[in-house]
Amino acid sequence: MKLILNGEEKEYAPPLTVEQLVALEGFRPDRIALERNGEIVPKVQYAQTSLCDGDKIEIVSFVGGG
Amino acid sequence: MLHTIEITVNGEPFAAKEGDTVHTLQKGFPSCEVVILNGYALAPGDAAFDLPLTPGDSVFFIRRGEMPKKEQLRAMMAARHTPGVQAAVEKGRVAVAGLGGLGSNIALSLARLGIGELLLCDYDVVEPSNLNRQQYYVRHLGLPKTLAMKELIEQVNPFVRVKTANVRLTADNAASILGGYPIVAEALDSAQGKAMLIETLLSQTDAVVVSGSGMAGFGGCNRIRTRRLMSRLYVCGDGETEATPGRGLMAPRVSVCAGHQADAILSLLVQGAVIE
Repeated sequence: MKLILNGEEKEYAPPLTVEQLVALEGFRPDRIALERNGEIVPKVQYAQTSLCDGDKIEIVSFVGGG
Repeated sequence: MLHTIEITVNGEPFAAKEGDTVHTLQKGFPSCEVVILNGYALAPGDAAFDLPLTPGDSVFFIRRGEMPKKEQLRAMMAARHTPGVQAAVEKGRVAVAGLGGLGSNIALSLARLGIGELLLCDYDVVEPSNLNRQQYYVRHLGLPKTLAMKELIEQVNPFVRVKTANVRLTADNAASILGGYPIVAEALDSAQGKAMLIETLLSQTDAVVVSGSGMAGFGGCNRIRTRRLMSRLYVCGDGETEATPGRGLMAPRVSVCAGHQADAILSLLVQGAVIE
């Protein structure tokens, strides 16, 4: 299935949850905010949120300092 | 018959006569050598001294070094901004989450703009290691940052409504503390804190969040920029330069990033969006 991750179309093997996508792409879950089709997905829902063909995913990763 | 021209002089309504100029009015204010016309300080000999005044003009005659009355001060501070900008900023209500290097700069910048209301949120006290980049003074050491910043804002712009929340923001309390504010400046220190706050605010409130990420070290200020990464999330910073041992947070880049955040907030207040 195809996902649009941060504006880029990519191919993945289903089934795939948000938790698996985050791990696959090498993000640290505690440092990101993730939007699926314009809606924020809270971290507690990563494991049970399945992704569908065509989903648009935005992952914003933060670094420390303020 | 001569018409009158409705203007304001020193912040008060004033009926000028047709053909009046700044020069003719200035005769009523002996030894007031500082003259501000529509937010612009006139230099001696400026042609604008002798142009006829037009309806809506705002003129201030000020004795150099004299402390103006409170309402005069308010009008004079606003006079530097165009009227449309000022009206939008005065209606603005912004929460600043974290009062470290980013938050202390953002809060003071918004106060200088004459923002309507600020909620200052931090759980920490001012420490010596903060003074390298945060807007506090030696006299604030040991004080809660919320109180130190409230005191600074009163010195900069006494007309800002300042509220404080001396609390550590968590996923459980952030929405109830910050949720009433349409704009939140995310100015926390840790990456985990930023991610937690943004996830909480975007999922549980309607706030637009302006965040800072990537401003440690020195050099490369041009890489610090403002990007809209989600519908209600703007991220300022270079996105990658993390504070680490050997690459600390220092005033120049931190204030550049905070300036981006404050400017994005100003743009949101005035035009509802940020032009990147």
